[in-house]
Amino acid sequence: MRIAPRTISRFLASPTTRKGLDVPNISRQRPYSTHPPAARLNIPTDFSTTSLLAHSSQSALQNTELDAEVRNGTTKRMNLFQSINDALSLALAADESVILFGEDVAFGGVFRCSMGLAENYGSERVFNTPLSEQGIVGFGIGAAAEGMKAVAEIQFADYVYPAFDQLVNEAAKFRYRDGKEGRHVGGLTVRMPCGGVGHGALYHSQSPESLFSHIPGLRVIVPRSPIQAKGLLLAAIASNDPCIFMEPKALYRAAVEQVPIGSYTLPLSKAEVLKEGSDLTIVSYGHPLYTCGAAIEKAEKDLGIGIELIDLRTVYPWDKECVLSSVRKTGRCMVVHESMINAGIGAEIAASIQEDKETFLRLEAPIARVAGWSIHMGLMFERFNIPDVARVYDSIKQTVEY
Amino acid sequence: MKVPLQRLARRPQPFKAHPFLRPLHSQRWNSSLSQKPGAAGVRFPGAVDSKFTSALFFEHPSTYPAIPTYRCMSPDGDIIDPAFTPASDTLALQMYENMLSVSIMDVIMFDAQRQGRLSFYMTGQGEEGTCVGSASALEIEDVVFCQYREAGVFKQRGYTFEDFMSQLFANKKDHGRGRNMPVHYGSKALNIHTISSPLATQIPQASGAAYALKMQRLTNPNIPPRIVACYFGEGAASEGDFHAALNIAATRSCPVVFICRNNGYAISTPTLEQYRGDGIASRGIGYGIDTIRVDGNDIWAVREVTKRARELALKDGGRPVLIEAMSYRISHHSTSDDSFAYRARVEVEDWKRRDNPITRLRKYLEKKGVWDEEKENEARGRIRKEALMAFAQAEKEKKPALRCMFEDVYEEMTPEVKAQMKELKDVLDRYPEEYDVAEFEGGKDTLSQ
Repeated sequence: MRIAPRTISRFLASPTTRKGLDVPNISRQRPYSTHPPAARLNIPTDFSTTSLLAHSSQSALQNTELDAEVRNGTTKRMNLFQSINDALSLALAADESVILFGEDVAFGGVFRCSMGLAENYGSERVFNTPLSEQGIVGFGIGAAAEGMKAVAEIQFADYVYPAFDQLVNEAAKFRYRDGKEGRHVGGLTVRMPCGGVGHGALYHSQSPESLFSHIPGLRVIVPRSPIQAKGLLLAAIASNDPCIFMEPKALYRAAVEQVPIGSYTLPLSKAEVLKEGSDLTIVSYGHPLYTCGAAIEKAEKDLGIGIELIDLRTVYPWDKECVLSSVRKTGRCMVVHESMINAGIGAEIAASIQEDKETFLRLEAPIARVAGWSIHMGLMFERFNIPDVARVYDSIKQTVEY
Repeated sequence: MKVPLQRLARRPQPFKAHPFLRPLHSQRWNSSLSQKPGAAGVRFPGAVDSKFTSALFFEHPSTYPAIPTYRCMSPDGDIIDPAFTPASDTLALQMYENMLSVSIMDVIMFDAQRQGRLSFYMTGQGEEGTCVGSASALEIEDVVFCQYREAGVFKQRGYTFEDFMSQLFANKKDHGRGRNMPVHYGSKALNIHTISSPLATQIPQASGAAYALKMQRLTNPNIPPRIVACYFGEGAASEGDFHAALNIAATRSCPVVFICRNNGYAISTPTLEQYRGDGIASRGIGYGIDTIRVDGNDIWAVREVTKRARELALKDGGRPVLIEAMSYRISHHSTSDDSFAYRARVEVEDWKRRDNPITRLRKYLEKKGVWDEEKENEARGRIRKEALMAFAQAEKEKKPALRCMFEDVYEEMTPEVKAQMKELKDVLDRYPEEYDVAEFEGGKDTLSQ
């Protein structure tokens, strides 16, 4: 059915070739991470300097969304998989009704997100399931219906489709159809690694978030960083609505920042303005925010403009008010995401902007969408498919020069 | 599969054991599996107890006899094994009246749908014994998941005619707030999850719910031991969710009793086009699950089997059990189906007359001298009157408030949905002639913020 996951996922998530993997390549540098020698825009993200990550304790604790106790605490350097592991550990420690399960989670998970948890919290609470996605989600729904906080893992978002019926017809509609009885499966959180990773091809690269944004009843969350992943995951687990939590796998090891060690949540369905600006609003979420950050830096310098960058964080139900008020101010908008343009998150945002009477009148340029083409992710073509700095830069230029 | 103790003993100790939980499951990678030289049996990790053979032989289902069907009462109402003692006459009479109640309701509601007074209905004729018999063996704390043809389960657990009728007419007393099609009943008080139309989705949910009950008792031993009972038809058992559910229930040792109603048809599809194995029961064995086949027209057999299955499901920290209850779907599939398009009328009439769970228990009760023609007529008249009264009452109740349509999608209404509710209100205000809102409790005003 699929490639041996342990091998491929380590390979996928690791920024460097690991010892012991039989890769017949003498060069230490992977060919797909190189960039053309004269490139000015398409330079790989330097995660150690990006302003989207908190590189010091001080900057991490400045976050006003954290409560006072956490802000007065300390931080620890973590990458994305470590912060998810930290969040899961805190959730398991705080509430006995939390259980964690999926394919290969017991030994630590193919991306190391559940490392040490089975040993710490017992094999009854952190366990492997048979290889069946519909079974995993159905099982999670049943456990949540009986009051558990069920955190299910789908090994790759590409493999969530066998569970689509359980998510769409069951989890999303459970509260609605139970009516007065008031039972629900809000305790369910379904985690899944998503997004491109350089060489994941058709079935290790997908970002199916817009499929779930068409489903009332589900909350769809995509974090961009370790701090966010921890706070949003703890919020998803605490939420009384079923949540789809999509983890950009390319950031598992790459994104490293200082993460507050206390337990904290970040608000769901609330966007975050990462950077203020007056000429253009860019809306994005997850991994492409780093691409946007790099493109903005170049474009602001080259074009002498100020760009506002918004991280949606929750892509459905999304923070429409935040986006609309920004676009009313800037008069221009661009949406950037990895998944395909057709009926993607960008379509919903663009339509919402043009149908809001007040915002429509303020528009000075067509709303642009920079996203994956409406094709599948062919192995050799990923870097031409996923929005890169050049495409985002070009779209910024065209939008402000319209 | 049980793991030998010596393998468990070699398991390394968790470095911070949870105070309430004992490790119940072995992890195979903690023990070493290797082939001893000259051994007669295979120690492949995937099949540890398999013996070598030099005879090339394909296993074929025909080399195994069909799993027998357990019954304890003959079609004439006689107890076959003298050692078997049925429950008290009081319970027998109550079960009989419950079967009678759902069968009388079925006739009334089927006709009411034909008259256009409700949109849809599904009867359960021929399967009253499976539903009432199994439900009588459960505790009220046990959690139940149904498919849709289990009115007898609801009745046996205490669902009233008012409850049935409110749901069927989707009036303001409907627990589902007028959102579900008729016969999609549900009750928190009776621990029955609300029915949904997609087939078999409830089966893996039942496994997960059973795991939750087991975990909750592990952390709080004061909670009484509980199981989950999960009903589905033989057609639904072809869905992937059936496979997923039984496999995960077995590997996680979930206290769940799967009850398959094998009534011979999935809408028009006969079982010969549904499967080629020995029914559903033979599959249970493949999953490593305790399995039994029972005569669904024999209410005592169904009750006894369910009672034993419940005990078994709670043994040794929990395990799943599969019951396949054989019966015949006497009724059409639903009010949208004319079953004489795909089966002979005479076949149906034959089953109705020859073997039927209600007449079988009636014969038993008459032979014991606790039932007769006069009591039968009195009961039928009384139940019919009660059902019709509830029908009339439910039909004239108002429909749920229009606001119910927007609520409960999420725990709290989202800004998007609030805005859309206001949009609908504005349309109703601008085009009052186009909509009839009088039948809804509170009219259009309930759409105000």
